[in-house]
Amino acid sequence: MELTTVWFVAIAFFWVGYFALEGFDFGVGMLLPVLAKDETERRVLINTIGPVWDGNEVWLLVAGGMTFAAFPHWYATLFSGFYLPLLLILVALIVRGVAFEYRHQRHDAQWVARWDAAITFGSLLPAVLWGVAFANIAAGVPIDADMEFTGSLLTLLNPFGLLGGLVTLSLFVTHGATFIALKTEGDIRLRARALAWRSGIVAAVLAVVFLAWLQARTGSPTSALVFVVAALLLVGGVAAAYAGREGWSFAGTFGAIALAVTGIFVALFPDVLPSSTDVAFSLTTTNASATDYSLTIMTWAAAVFTPLVIGYQAWTYWVFRKRIGTHHIPTPQLASK
Amino acid sequence: MDVVDIARIQFGVITVYHFLFVPLTIGGTALVALLETLWLRTKNPDYLRLTKFFAKLLLINFAIGVVTGIVQEFQFGMNWSDYSRFVGDVFGAPLAIEGLLAFFLESTFLGLWIFGWDKLPRGLHNACMWIVHLGTLASSWFILAANSWMQHPVGYRFNPESGRAELTDFAAVMFNKVQLVTFPHVVLAAYMTAAAAMAGVSVWLFVRRSADREVYRRSLRLGAAITLLAGLGVAITGDLQGKVMTEVQPMKMAAAEGLYETADTCAPFSVFTVGTPDGKHEKFAVTVPCLLSFLGTGTFDGKVEGINDLREEYRQTYGQDPGASYYTPGDYTPVIPVTYWSFRFMITMGSLAAAGSALLLWVTRRGRAPGARWLGTLGIGLPLLMLAGNSFGWIFTEMGRQPWAVFGLMTTERAVSPGVSVAEAATSLVVLTLLYAVLAVIEVRLLGTAIRKGLAPFEEPPDPGDPEHSDDAPLAFAY
Ligand code: HDD
Ligand code: HEM
Ligand code: HEM
Repeated sequence: MELTTVWFVAIAFFWVGYFALEGFDFGVGMLLPVLAKDETERRVLINTIGPVWDGNEVWLLVAGGMTFAAFPHWYATLFSGFYLPLLLILVALIVRGVAFEYRHQRHDAQWVARWDAAITFGSLLPAVLWGVAFANIAAGVPIDADMEFTGSLLTLLNPFGLLGGLVTLSLFVTHGATFIALKTEGDIRLRARALAWRSGIVAAVLAVVFLAWLQARTGSPTSALVFVVAALLLVGGVAAAYAGREGWSFAGTFGAIALAVTGIFVALFPDVLPSSTDVAFSLTTTNASATDYSLTIMTWAAAVFTPLVIGYQAWTYWVFRKRIGTHHIPTPQLASK
Repeated sequence: MDVVDIARIQFGVITVYHFLFVPLTIGGTALVALLETLWLRTKNPDYLRLTKFFAKLLLINFAIGVVTGIVQEFQFGMNWSDYSRFVGDVFGAPLAIEGLLAFFLESTFLGLWIFGWDKLPRGLHNACMWIVHLGTLASSWFILAANSWMQHPVGYRFNPESGRAELTDFAAVMFNKVQLVTFPHVVLAAYMTAAAAMAGVSVWLFVRRSADREVYRRSLRLGAAITLLAGLGVAITGDLQGKVMTEVQPMKMAAAEGLYETADTCAPFSVFTVGTPDGKHEKFAVTVPCLLSFLGTGTFDGKVEGINDLREEYRQTYGQDPGASYYTPGDYTPVIPVTYWSFRFMITMGSLAAAGSALLLWVTRRGRAPGARWLGTLGIGLPLLMLAGNSFGWIFTEMGRQPWAVFGLMTTERAVSPGVSVAEAATSLVVLTLLYAVLAVIEVRLLGTAIRKGLAPFEEPPDPGDPEHSDDAPLAFAY
């Protein structure tokens, strides 16, 4: 395989990991006001992702850093072109990240409520915007002969892009719900289970429409196959949630997200950012890439460290494998002001 | 204002802000890990109380360090897309490896440490914080290698066909001679900063609280001693850095002194100058004879080139370069008053912090327990001096390199994103600056509250190996 292909796969892998992992912690954030009835339950939800959300987010940083290194033109065009959506995502990730750490620092109802809102909106906004962004990457955007993006924010907010946003939104909500059902105990677990299959149906319908549309626009036979398996996994996950099989339902939503993202990259290849202005201007794995020497160095680094990272992150999930219930939440409880 | 100006202001604001939190994290993780190790070794419960107290402050700080880091990772593509295209082949690799190697370590093991008190055996728990510290060092290594390459590009070749710099020797980039002096200087300054914060917070509590005075005295003296030691290292490595810089970017060091005419021997160093506003003529100065020669070359009679000669030289070198569309010909001179003063402020602030620590060690020597309140105020000043010193150091380094983004290869003006509009750039500058300002206020308040609370009473952490330890017990730590 060409090194540029290897690196296309590697970057796809990190995006897949990012969405499959941070997808559920976005979901938990969005479900905070929906699933939890009181402060203790909100804390149960937050603590299911407390030890892991930051590690999940690093998948994004590495996907971004690797894009910079392996396909500098892709990084440059994409990040300067999708300027305002990325700015919004940054703001959301900033307030959300700070919220986890600062929320519990003061026991004052208003303080806590504000950070809760930061967590919820800070999860919701990226959940939608990443879908918009990836739908547009897959469909192609206006790019000129100098590899510069020539559209605006409105170019990105087309029907296909917006549908993509709704798909990631509903998928991440469902993924969050199956995660909560798997990680909590008591009442909240039952509520999460019930929500998971309901939102799962919505997600499945939206995802099937979106993936079929995408397939019709740019798909290949391989991507069709991947999309079908993704859809089947999602349906399976929903059914498992309905049947109360929490492990399977989480595996289902995890696999569905992973494969849907994989399929998008399969459909994209060998482009990395198609131009809707003229196919000749599209960024591809060849014209956007770094040199072979640089890619070789990176290949070594990735080959050594990626398994290590997966190993210790898996270990973390093992260490924090226990379900959390309201009785696990230590006082001090929230004192009203 | 054009996009270049806005992007420059934004880069400066965002990066200096990130670097307020970073040194406290680099040094702070080491100090917290050390305190926990001391607890495990001595079994003295006070060390555990100190561990938890300083860890709380560290985590409040860390949160902002992390989220501002995300912006750093994105902004090269957003605001500096031509830069990214031009250098991606060289500069991208260290950045990507930093994420893979360092950020994963930091975030994962910090999560384990925070939530793992009742899940991990004690030794392993402590190891987690040491691993986080290792992660911060790795992070610094790779990002500084990237930055050093911008200061002094090595291990690459310029490919006229693709019109970009391409990596030819990764080891040369990793062990760039600028990197070899920059890394120790920055890391030691980080230890100094965090230790000064520990000493400062401790003395503030020491003079205000009657309870636990002996415990505060311990962390006070530990912090002050480390500040002094690291400070010595900072001065030594800084001196080395000055010598390397004189060699690779003589203009920066001439600008640090405002030295216009070449001094063939015994160039003086001015401690303080009052000049005309454009920095071109001096009215009054306090100078130390021959010191600049020594700083730059290591001998008191070394020759130091002046700005005017260098400008001519640079014009000769870069002015006639035919294929050079990556830079704008100009006068190749940075803004002199900025370089001149930021260099001095860096050194002054650091020296004051070191002097303050020495004073603290002196007044608390052999069991002495002074109660003067002003000592507490001085204590709070120590970390602030260090943060200012760090900021001035970076402003000097980065602005002294101007007009280059990558020295000799690409000017800042050419590095900016051509497709980004003034409106977009201005929006992001305003939004991020305001957001950062609000976060700063919140963080300072939280730190204030946490410091005022002081040490919590000792509580034996649950032992996960203990069969009595119930699965239904409340978590040892929860958000
Ligand atoms: C408060 C912390 C602090 C203190 C006390 C000092 N420095 Fe420093 N200095 C830094 C914090 C710093 C820094 C923020 O960490 C910088 C910015 C970039 C870098 O490499 O380190 C820096 C940069 C920097 C540079 C620029 C290198 C470049 O352009 O790459 C030089 C020449 C020195 N320092 C020299 C010194 C000397 C001779 C010092 C004292 C005797 C000194 N520094 C004290
Ligand atoms: C944390 C430490 C750093 C600080 C505080 C810092 C600070 C600054 C400042 C103040 C400027 C503006 C200079 C000017 O516009 O005149 C600047 C420019 C720049 N720095 Fe740094 N910098 C740091 C580290 C880095 C690193 C590690 C990199 C690369 C990885 C980097 C890349 C750049 C770039 C691309 C510019 C271009 C913008 C410009 O020159 O105006 N900086 N930096
Ligand atoms: C302009 C270049 C820089 C970029 C692109 C950058 C990027 C980042 C990112 C993405 C993070 C968040 C990691 C996480 O989620 O855990 C981060 C945090 C960190 N960065 Fe930076 N950084 C820059 C400058 C620096 C410099 C110059 C240093 C040190 C010398 C540094 C040291 C650290 C450390 C130690 C952390 C983790 C601790 C903390 O968050 O406070 N960074 N950085």
